This record gives sequence, structure tokens and C-alpha cells, in this order.
Amino acid sequence: MNNIILLPVLIPIMVGILLIFLRYFGRTQAWFSIATMALTAGIAFYLLEKVQHEGIQRLDFGGWAPPFGISFVADSFSLLLVLTTSIVALICLMYALFSTGKLLQSMYYYPSVLFLVAGVNGSFLTGDLFNLFVCFEVMLLSSYVLLTLGGSKRQLREAIKYVVINIVSSWFFLVGLAYLYGAVGTLNMAHLSVRVAEAGQGPLLTTISIVFMIVFSLKAGLLLYYWLPGSYSTPPAVTSALFGALLTKVGIYALFRVFSLIFNQQPEITHTIISVMAALTLIGGSLGAVAHNDIRKIAAYNVVIAVGFILVGLAVSTPNAIEGAIYYLIHDMVAKALLFLVVGTVIALTGTAQLNKMSGLMKNYPLLGWSFFITMLSLAGVPPLSGFIGKVLISEGAIESGAYMLLTLSLLSSLFVLYSLLRIFKNSFWGETIISKEDQVPLNNRFLVPCLLLVLLTIAIGVGTEGLSVYVTDAAETLLNPDIYIDAVLEGAQP
Amino acid sequence: METIIILLVGVLTSVAIYLLLAKSLIRVILGTAILSHAVHLLILTMGGLKEGTVPLLGEEAESYVDALPQALILTAIVISFAVTAFILVLAYRAYQELGTDDLNEMRGVNDE
Repeated sequence: MNNIILLPVLIPIMVGILLIFLRYFGRTQAWFSIATMALTAGIAFYLLEKVQHEGIQRLDFGGWAPPFGISFVADSFSLLLVLTTSIVALICLMYALFSTGKLLQSMYYYPSVLFLVAGVNGSFLTGDLFNLFVCFEVMLLSSYVLLTLGGSKRQLREAIKYVVINIVSSWFFLVGLAYLYGAVGTLNMAHLSVRVAEAGQGPLLTTISIVFMIVFSLKAGLLLYYWLPGSYSTPPAVTSALFGALLTKVGIYALFRVFSLIFNQQPEITHTIISVMAALTLIGGSLGAVAHNDIRKIAAYNVVIAVGFILVGLAVSTPNAIEGAIYYLIHDMVAKALLFLVVGTVIALTGTAQLNKMSGLMKNYPLLGWSFFITMLSLAGVPPLSGFIGKVLISEGAIESGAYMLLTLSLLSSLFVLYSLLRIFKNSFWGETIISKEDQVPLNNRFLVPCLLLVLLTIAIGVGTEGLSVYVTDAAETLLNPDIYIDAVLEGAQP
Repeated sequence: METIIILLVGVLTSVAIYLLLAKSLIRVILGTAILSHAVHLLILTMGGLKEGTVPLLGEEAESYVDALPQALILTAIVISFAVTAFILVLAYRAYQELGTDDLNEMRGVNDE
């Protein structure tokens, strides 16, 4: 029992409620939420350290021992993601502090962001499948609000699509939960793992697992990503950054958790489907990224490519690949937030999102140009930036298990990432400047500082991989040996 | 009893899917509402429709009802209420801005 695990969810919700009463004090709201995220990050780091020394922590609500009550379980994997979420949200909020107008701030922008973070953190920490659904919904409802704030025609149209798709996928989630409860009679993830192993994962359970796969793939943007580019490219830049960094990652987390812990008996079916979906996602994402002329769309398709890449790690499931996937997950949260913030800044400066209408920004805004350059290298996986180690380990894993097709596709996709971003770099930053000294919109440092912080973070993750590796190795070990998780959750309880 | 409820779930789901595929936005919303009702009934049925008393120790009855599915659908109903309320407001705003509730016509809006 460890009550601190609840805090990364509880604190954002409590502060969010408080901020509702501070509706007309935009700055105060921003500083409050930034402080909240810093506090959450601190708590996540404290817990991460604690897990290294004392093993997996858990909290049984109301003292109901698992498998009967609802429980929160914190292992290294979830805490690493909670920590990254808090840090990324912190930096995005710094950007929001100066980029969002008075109108947006008085429409409960900051409370919505805090509720979103609470939902994301809750999804990472929960040890119960139904609770995962609830946290998903908390996250999704906040994301609906964030997506529609501003209320432009485009936003409303994309939001309808996004909301309906998510309602249908939540419906599938409930259907899966109903069948799973009917089949094995429990919803606690560790207990499910035990029950599924006892029953042997027959055709029925495999079918149920595929229902879950569809649900999480929809949320993660694995193969079923049709909704993603539209809805991620319409809201304000900082909202897209939050979405790109956090939302799909929750789906990926759920896929990793469910298919490494619960449905791990028939990898020849489930993991094959995942690998096919990952391959198709890589292809589709790559094509989308090079096809578009709108820089927001290009950035959104880069999210899709990354999802495919991380899921290659799960499909292969060797120790190296899982470890690589965790590194890449952390890297991608940072780098995607950075990419969307830089792209958003470019749009704010030039007033257009069309690639062929901008040129020579490097001359006017050198620092922004170089941060985009570093983002590009980081996403393409150039050492010593953060994407490198993940790519190497996933590729090693693919070689070990002989998945050469996946290996080829994932490496080719890196080239497509590089090409699509180089197109932005070449067209918008390089070349003859078309903005004269008089017309130049001054780039406010307040926009630049959050971007530079993320650049520093991506360099720090790349250079300081060794410091991070303790936690990542532990996280990968827990994912590969479900027994560690099960023992920690069910200890002292009669299953 | 289970068979009848499962059939009902099937009917509700097909009605909902018919509505979801409609052009009019308000029908789509009604579709999502019916869809969630269908799944709530499904959860209740999958937990087993037993006859028995409330699961309290003092009752000393022969059989008890499983309380968990009811707790689950209670939560799910609240969430689907919230989502339905949101999407109704969204539809109203979209109607105000876009001037139509026909999903096909919305595609033609050009302000990019």
C-alpha cells in the first residue's frame, strides 16, 4: 500500500477544479498548472526511485485487496511514462501561457489540460481494465473539449468525426470488457493474467483479445489512423503538441500492457496481427507524410509513423526490442511535442501552413531553424539524439527474431521521416528569404524558450541514455516477465 | 431470459448502426446513445442474470446476485450521459457555424 501513487492523478484533478473558479485570471491559471505539473513530475520521479529499491508499488482503494477492489499499480514502465507526460505537459503549458489568447483562457483551457493529464496518468497507473476505460474517457472528454475550443468551422467538423469515432471505439472497449468478464470473471489485470493462463488462451479468448486490439489500435492510431491527421492538425499548436505527445501513447501503453501481461499465450496469432498492422501503419504513414503540402498534416503523419515503429517493438517482443520500444516511446513524446510546437510557431510567424508559400525563415529566425533541424535529426534517429538508441535496439530485436521485412520497413520509414521533414526544412527555412526586415514579425522569446527546453531534453535523453537505462531495463524486465507484476499485485491476496 | 436480452442487444445494436450510418448528424447522435444502451445490457447479461438477493452477509440467502456488472454499467451510463451531452452541444454549435446538419454537406466547407 502506497497512497502516493494516487497523487499524479489526484493533484491535477484537484487543481483543475480549483482553476475553474479562477476563470478570468489567465496568468494565474497558467502558473498554477505549471507548478502542478512540476509537482507531479517530482512525485513521479520519487516513485520511480522507490520502485527501483522496493519493487512494484500498489494502492488498493478502500483497503479492498485485489482482485476484488480497484487498484493502482506503479511499475517502472508506467512511472517512466507518467514522468515524461508531466514534463512534456509542463513545457507545453509554458508555451500555452503566451500563445493562447484571453478568450481561450477564459474558456477553461488550463483545467481541461489538467484533466487530460489526469486521465493520461490514470491510464498509465491503473491496474484494472474497467478503470482503464474510465481513465480513457476522462482523457477523451478533455480532449474533445480541447479540440473544439475556439470553435472554427474546421475544428467543429473534425471534432464531430473524432468524437463519433471515439464513441464507437469506447463501445468496442465495453463489448470486450463484457465478454472478458463473462469468460473469465475478473477485470483486475494481474488476476486476468493468471486466469487466462489457467484456462489456456483458447479461440474465444483470442477473439476477445482481438476486440481489445481494435480498440487500442484506434486510440493509438495503429493502422486505423484515418481520423488522426485531420483532428491533430486543426486545434491550436499547443493542443496539437499535447495530443501528438500524449494521446496516442496511451493506446500504445495499453497495447503493450494487455498483450504482454494478459493475452501472451498465443503470440503466433495476436503478435502476427500486430506486426502486419505495424507494417501497414509504417507504409501508410510514410506515404501520408510525403504526400501533403500542409506542414501540420506532415507533422500529424509523423505521429502515425512513430506508432508503427514502436509497435514493431511489441510485435517482435525480444528483450532488446521491448527495451528499444520503451526508449523510443519516451523519445517520441518529447520529440513530437517539440515538432508540433516548432511547426505551430512557424505557422504563427508566417500566417500560412502551406509549404510552398514560405521560404528563407532561417535568415529571420535562426534559432527556430536550428531547433527544427535538431528535431528532424532526433526523429530520424541520428546519434547522439534521443531517437537513436530506440531505433538501434528495435532493429537489433528484429534481426534476432528474423523479422527482416519489419526491419526493412522500419528503417525505410526513418528515411521517409527524414525526407518529409527535410522538405519542410528546405522549403520553409532554407532558400531566399521573402520576408523583408520591415515585415518581419518579431519572434518572441516566450515561444522559443519552451522549444529550446524540449531541444535540450531530446539531447539530454540521447546523451544521458546511460542514466535512463536503469529504469528502462527494469521496465522491460517487468513487461517480459509478467510474473513479477502478478506477484506484486496479488501478494497477500487469495486469487 | 439471457437469450431474450441478448436478442434485444442485437436489435438495439443494429438499430444503432443503421442510425450511425445516416447522413443527418442528429440521427448519428441518437445512434451513439442507443449503441451505449445496447452495450450496457450486454454487460449486465454477461455477468449472468441470476435470481437472488443483494450481496450482503446478513441476508443469508441461497444465492446472491453479482454486484460488479451493475457497478460497471452505472459508471458506463454516467460516462455515456456526459459524452451524449457533449456531442449534442457540439452538433448545435456545428449547425450554427456550418449551417447544416448533413454530414455530406459539411465536407464541402472550405476555409483551409
